[in-house]
Amino acid sequence: MNRSPFARSQRMTILPGIVCLIAVIVILQLWLFTATMEAYLGGDHVIVVPAALASLACLGLNAGLVRYLRALDR
Amino acid sequence: MSLEPPDLVTVAPDGRPPEEQPRWRQAFPIDEPQDDYRFRRHFARFLLLTSLAFVVGQAWIVLLSVLSRTRGKPPVQDVAGVAELPVGRAKLFAYPRPGDACVLVRVSHEQFVAFGQQCTHLSCPVIPKPAEGKFHCPCHEGVFDLYTGQPLAGPPRRTLPRITLDIRGGRIYATGVQQEVL
Repeated sequence: MNRSPFARSQRMTILPGIVCLIAVIVILQLWLFTATMEAYLGGDHVIVVPAALASLACLGLNAGLVRYLRALDR
Repeated sequence: MSLEPPDLVTVAPDGRPPEEQPRWRQAFPIDEPQDDYRFRRHFARFLLLTSLAFVVGQAWIVLLSVLSRTRGKPPVQDVAGVAELPVGRAKLFAYPRPGDACVLVRVSHEQFVAFGQQCTHLSCPVIPKPAEGKFHCPCHEGVFDLYTGQPLAGPPRRTLPRITLDIRGGRIYATGVQQEVL
């Protein structure tokens, strides 16, 4: 039995919104990765660790959003 | 009128009620909105894996950075004798590791320059052209300054790594690698 507080039609609206948010964060990570690689190959090692931490934060945010999606179904 | 909650009603792709569907669809009913919902949920999980892959990539760059710092100072390496390289000629050598191709060029009687030979665009080997005062990358028409290694034309944006040289006793020694920070 579905115990979600949202009806299916509501979930069908929430889900694409969350997926779009996750996609934007993943594109941000792609940009971060290419910028870090460019800086590293150019000899700038200072930016490497902060960029990795920022990417990790993005992963955490994405994991939270996916967890929210799972919670929607319960 | 159906008493079933709307969330549990199976909806066919064409939206018509179940009794108007062809027999094969009645036998194998697929709830189209639910199918769409599950597909998008799985796509979100796929995006999460992609996100994880980027974090792994960033960790890989951190690892490379740490390893390059702990590698220490490059060794001093005998490259060539001053007399064996005429003005306007070049010599290839590997420095600081066996696979790192570099090129030594004698630009005048007193002046030698050496740079890493990999183009900073896509790692094609650059060709020294001392008469024109440049290094030329034939892959994508990249051009670097012969004296400074700075990109002059084409797609490269980073300078070639300069190999520092020391000339003593008629021999040329490579003593280190200088990479200009952008």
